Amino acid sequence: MRHILSILLENEAGALSRVVGLFSARGYNIDSLTVSTTEDATLSRMTIVTSGSDDVIEQITKQLNKLIEVVKVIDLNESDHVERELMLIKVRSTGKDREEMKRMADIFRGRILDVTEKTYTIELTGESSKLDAFIEAVDRTLILETVRTGASGIGRGERILKI
Amino acid sequence: MEISGAEIVIRCLQEEGVEFVFGYPGGAVLEIYDAIFKQDKFKHVLVRHEQGAVHAADGYSRSSHKVGVALVTSGPGATNAITGIATAYLDSIPMVVISGQVPTPAIGLDAFQEVDMVGITRPCVKHNILVKDVRDIASAMKKAFHIATTGRPGPVVVDIPKDITLARAEFHYPQSVSLRSYNPPAKGHPGQIKKAVNLLSDAKRPLIYIGGGAVLSNASNQVTELVKMLGVPATNTLMALGAFSGSDPQNLGMLGMHGLYEANMAMQHCDVLIAIGARFDDRVISVPSHFLSSPKKIVHIDIDPSSIAKRVKVDIPIVGNVRDVLDEMLALLRQTGARPNAEHLASWWKQLEEWRSHNCLKFDANSDIIKPQFVVQTLYEITGGDAFVTSDVGQHQMWAAQYYKFNKPRRWINSGGLGTMGFGLPAAMGVQLANPDATVACITGEASIQMNIQELSTCKQYHTPVKVINLNNRYLGMVRQWQEFFYGNRYSESYMDALPDFVKLAEAYGHVGMKIERPADVEPALREAMKLKERLVFMDFITDQTENVFPMVQNNRGLSQMDLPPHMRHLQQGTVAKERDYGNLS
Repeated sequence: MRHILSILLENEAGALSRVVGLFSARGYNIDSLTVSTTEDATLSRMTIVTSGSDDVIEQITKQLNKLIEVVKVIDLNESDHVERELMLIKVRSTGKDREEMKRMADIFRGRILDVTEKTYTIELTGESSKLDAFIEAVDRTLILETVRTGASGIGRGERILKI
Repeated sequence: MEISGAEIVIRCLQEEGVEFVFGYPGGAVLEIYDAIFKQDKFKHVLVRHEQGAVHAADGYSRSSHKVGVALVTSGPGATNAITGIATAYLDSIPMVVISGQVPTPAIGLDAFQEVDMVGITRPCVKHNILVKDVRDIASAMKKAFHIATTGRPGPVVVDIPKDITLARAEFHYPQSVSLRSYNPPAKGHPGQIKKAVNLLSDAKRPLIYIGGGAVLSNASNQVTELVKMLGVPATNTLMALGAFSGSDPQNLGMLGMHGLYEANMAMQHCDVLIAIGARFDDRVISVPSHFLSSPKKIVHIDIDPSSIAKRVKVDIPIVGNVRDVLDEMLALLRQTGARPNAEHLASWWKQLEEWRSHNCLKFDANSDIIKPQFVVQTLYEITGGDAFVTSDVGQHQMWAAQYYKFNKPRRWINSGGLGTMGFGLPAAMGVQLANPDATVACITGEASIQMNIQELSTCKQYHTPVKVINLNNRYLGMVRQWQEFFYGNRYSESYMDALPDFVKLAEAYGHVGMKIERPADVEPALREAMKLKERLVFMDFITDQTENVFPMVQNNRGLSQMDLPPHMRHLQQGTVAKERDYGNLS
């Protein structure tokens, strides 16, 4: 099952590689990973989308907590949360496809960031599944390039990951 | 006053009360070695290979409960240390390894003797630190010692570039260290401890399963008190030998792949199991589903939450320092007087004694050829179970574990987790330095000993009178056993041809060599060697080439499905390994 893990870790050189190394060394999956500093410059916040049985997720969480630089780990799936991912997608948009692409972008509430005679670059945000749906919805042969950030997640309401 | 980074390193080691640093100089650590030259607070032990330095620091730590310290140079010095670091990591040994690094501006430029030590050790250390500023050395060192010794112990690497050792700064050693992201648990949850005590008093077939954590947390007294107070049987892992006396009648002996029949049967058939600092690893429980097919309730005490429910699901997890948890458990038992039902316990003991009566360790004591078991047994008898024994890895290691009954903790020093051949001799050196007056024996084989035999030279230099017990069967014995059992007697590359004359070799290094070829000479030779208190004696025992280690639990088999020694074949469940084909081995 898909899980979104939120990790607060020391913003130190090498901390990221410890997390990534743990996943590869122990054979866990990383579907996506995002990381950046927080309002506290000494801390980074990481969101890892992974998959595995409950036992595997429990081990991943425990192993992450063992890393000296990891401050806190939560599994966002344990309660209500919001998830967003950003995608930049460049598509061929000529002839009849030009109008169609514009319409698709509108339907998915995307924004067109860059326009040339032959291409659109569209920005889309949403749950990862929504971005998947967009890719499914447009003609594959028209997709020139996609860049996705991977999902970021945060708990709803009073559920806060902070030290 | 400002001092150099190298001097700061030395001052840190002095502040930590370090007695010995095991190491080998090289370009990147020359400043540190110069600072060592100018001090006399600790002693430096010059090994002959960096792997030996780390194993020696490891043996020193295991036998003394102090932190082992090793010092190596960058590049090849650092990579040579890796096996030693991984060995310590797998067995949770507190160590600090200081490695030199190329100067900061050269990092990443494929400089001479450059290797990314922090990167290369990441998966086999508890933590590692690259120091990038001379002002950070003291705090990095303090942090390293703190992390290495607290929680589940482990090795920590501090990588110091050469320019940092040259730069100058004021020295302030932090008195304490507090890390917001690292707070190892101490006391166990009282509610869980209460539940565990209740479970114990309801048990019909209780068993205490003692692991290396009991040794590491110095909980030997607590474990012993628990077992004695309850009158229950106990078994120990390879890593826990001596945590509870091996000659106590309540000790069923070692369990696992080469565990005793009675210990493995008890593990399989108990109804309440108290796991103390043990981790149900694959050499103990090969098939968790088979283990759990005999219903049982399990209490698991461990300081590392990730050890719990990793391989075997448990009913009552207790996260905490083994010793603290046992103290609380004992207090509760004293207070409530809760004990297992005497009648149930008596019938459980009756069953255990029946299992024990088969004497699974019986071997042919009248053989014309020296049986390796006989050598270990004789060593045990003449040292009264009081020697420090290190071992390498293979058949000799298992025989040492089976036939030497350790009555005290920290006497049995072996590479259980990583299974490192070449560990025994350098570890024995460290043990001897930590315990200068003690008898230290290194039980090894002719293959293992050759992996770090150069340390005989170090032993000479530092006068460590280790007794090397070489069980020489001219084979990689455990490999040969597996090839006999599982690979149709195809002894692929497991025969050791062209062995050196170990007697002459020992003499060449300045030691005493002995070759023992007849069973009748075993005891006199061992006694003679023990008399040579000031000398390293290399005893080359020419042993039976075909001897196998029994009992044996094959991979993918349950604990009760052991391959048994010939005299117990009537109890065998399923066919003996030799007599069937196998796939899926690991």
